[in-house]
Amino acid sequence: MHPFILALIGGGLVGLAAVMMMALKGRIAGVSGILTGSLTESGAERIWRILFIAGVIVGGALPVFLSSDFKPPIPQSGILLTILGGLAVGIGTGLGSGCTSGHGICGIARLSQRSIIATCTFMAAGFIGVYLLKHVLGGQ
Amino acid sequence: MSTQKTAQQVSALVSGLVFGIGMAISGMTNTERVQGFLDLAGAWDPTLAFVMGGGLIVTFIGYKFVLKKPAPLFGDTFHLPTNTDIDKKLLIGAVLFGAGWGLVGYCPGPAIAGLSYAYPTTLLFVATMLIGLLLARFISRRL
Repeated sequence: MHPFILALIGGGLVGLAAVMMMALKGRIAGVSGILTGSLTESGAERIWRILFIAGVIVGGALPVFLSSDFKPPIPQSGILLTILGGLAVGIGTGLGSGCTSGHGICGIARLSQRSIIATCTFMAAGFIGVYLLKHVLGGQ
Repeated sequence: MSTQKTAQQVSALVSGLVFGIGMAISGMTNTERVQGFLDLAGAWDPTLAFVMGGGLIVTFIGYKFVLKKPAPLFGDTFHLPTNTDIDKKLLIGAVLFGAGWGLVGYCPGPAIAGLSYAYPTTLLFVATMLIGLLLARFISRRL
């Protein structure tokens, strides 16, 4: 299948997960927020977040049983870049209260002004980050 | 544990599963493809626009129906964000997040969905991202 069609189906499933989360449990399916809560909450509030994350890990492994094409290639970032990137993504989504799923999908779907501005900002920063990496620093 | 509590926990697990399957099918777990999407000056790869498009269409329509109901199926209320401030934290956070996303090609969902492949880069990224999320709680109080 063409990558665009797979992307559309995959995106649709992410959307379906977001709708299920709201319809069944009344929660936003934002991965960065759920991750934070899985570390800081306690009791049942912690358990549902850990279960969601466990679901994402197992779900991410399943399509490979259908076709090995779904296995992602090894990421190319070096150690320093990976550490910097991981810290920036963690601190950034923590401060900005959301990532691609929480702001980009769930927030924009509610037409939240905050999420629309956040999404435009992180997309722009992503474009600039990759421009610097690939065309200025000349890294991988 | 009450039946409702159990149903809530199962809902979270199943939603997570669907989310992870979507991530893996969509191509978001492929950092090269994500960076290809963010590389406007290079050989631009539009694939991720279709992921966002598919996700938004389903969520937009689904939320319209769901949020009309008085409460979720297994809960008392819809927990919707109430903060509407466009503040420093939101903007600084989004800039940092976008920069990190571009540098490595991972945002939180795909990094978690790619954990099962146990690539050292993915493990290191997720570990430092978790540290970052905890650090953000301290930084947030000082901003």
